[in-house]
Amino acid sequence: MRSPKRFLAYGYLAALLVFIYLPILVMMAMGFNESPNYQLPFRFSLVWYQQLSGNEILWRAGRNSLLLAASTTIVATVIGTMAAIAFSRYKVRGHVVLQLLLFPPMAVPWLILATAMLICFYYTGIGRGLHAMLLAHVALALPYVIVVIGARLQSFGSELEEAASTLGASAWQTFFRVTLPVIAPGVAAAALFAFGISFDQFVTSYFLSPPGVTTLPVEIYASIRKGFTPEINAISTIIIIVSMLLLLMVSRFYRFGGTN
Amino acid sequence: MMMFYFSFLSRMPFGAAEPALTLKQYALFFERDFYRFLTWRSIMLGVHVTVFCVLIGYPAALILARSVEGRWREAILLLVVLPFWSNALIRIFAWTMVLRTDGVIDQALHAIFPWAPSLGILYSYPAIVVGLVHSFVPYMILTCYISLQAIDGALIEAARSLGASNFTIFRRIILPLSLPGLVVGVILIFVPTVGAFMEPRILGGTQSIMLGTVIEDQFTEVFNWPLGAALSFTLLAIVMLIFAAAYPLLRNRLKLA
Repeated sequence: MRSPKRFLAYGYLAALLVFIYLPILVMMAMGFNESPNYQLPFRFSLVWYQQLSGNEILWRAGRNSLLLAASTTIVATVIGTMAAIAFSRYKVRGHVVLQLLLFPPMAVPWLILATAMLICFYYTGIGRGLHAMLLAHVALALPYVIVVIGARLQSFGSELEEAASTLGASAWQTFFRVTLPVIAPGVAAAALFAFGISFDQFVTSYFLSPPGVTTLPVEIYASIRKGFTPEINAISTIIIIVSMLLLLMVSRFYRFGGTN
Repeated sequence: MMMFYFSFLSRMPFGAAEPALTLKQYALFFERDFYRFLTWRSIMLGVHVTVFCVLIGYPAALILARSVEGRWREAILLLVVLPFWSNALIRIFAWTMVLRTDGVIDQALHAIFPWAPSLGILYSYPAIVVGLVHSFVPYMILTCYISLQAIDGALIEAARSLGASNFTIFRRIILPLSLPGLVVGVILIFVPTVGAFMEPRILGGTQSIMLGTVIEDQFTEVFNWPLGAALSFTLLAIVMLIFAAAYPLLRNRLKLA
């Protein structure tokens, strides 16, 4: 009696997954198609990947993206870890207000944040450029980092730390020998998150990039507006695969965090 | 974090100041029908996208939470979330290949029915909606799934043993109890959709003028920052109003968690 219903339910989910993956798979396939106008029949070719390897502008943008994502990861993870510990282990004055302040980057449209940052950086003399993008990316990634590490911290009591300090460990010893190893999976997941957020961030980079200094998403947007080139398919395919691998790693770390 | 906080504050005084404080930019907004029309358009876009996300995402979450079990459930959830962490720009771009005239849908259709009319809808309002729904439906599935999963199965058993029909169970138990998740999902989708500019730009063509695209132009093409700032502040005000309206429900949700 239940089986036709079940069939319908699974069919629905399958249709949903097709909807979600159709454009991505089409794009990946077109990256390997010889025709520049996405014409079928499909003829396998690596020509777009060859062209991509000769595209200096995209390579430079890619280097910027990687540099930015790496610096964002380091800065956001260090600050985020400290903030998460401060929130969960000490009574920080006004911590409710501070925690509420973490929400805007997740709830306000990025467009508004980006224009706000542009104006703010302009008036404070920071201007535009990679350093401005770094500030913006750190600001966007921090809330996620704090939430992820905070969740890990919450799942452990502070007993271990208290035990360490009653046994005579200094604050630093306690942190490096007890707290850090315990929250390490959370920190790793948070770092991957930060990297992913920065690497994919388009809106703030777009507003904060001065002429000549671009990141990969900004460059891709520019070429889409100028007109299609199948090279974009090739680079997009690479980016998507990298992001998905990152997410799979995050989910692994999360699993570890959950079962402990 | 301080930097971010500061950026938030510094915007408000700037909104109308250039170089002296003036309300001219805001006056412009209210005087010209054009901007009011745009705001309305953006809000309608948000409504359309959100409605589709609910219609598609809620049943999916229901199925996942109620009739799929174990490893399959985990795997499907992961599959749903996976592309959502890849670059939004790229996913939107990918749709252009699928939707355009003579695109993948067209060619597949014509391979089967050579006489069928073209279904290419690129550069139209429906294309924008499709792209945005695709971007945001995972949010809806996740938030609904979380609150649906938290419903105690015993409640449903009890209702069934008291003779409630499936529909009654859904209407009186499942829907009310999952409402907080639904509301959170609606907010998470509606807010960014109203401010979207890249998606309408790529998928919408001449149909693409939204509040977001005008703000983008003011900053990057026209260099009229004050007007851009005034418009973004208006957008922010809309978002805040929505949050204020949803606050009671959000508070309930926080209490549940």
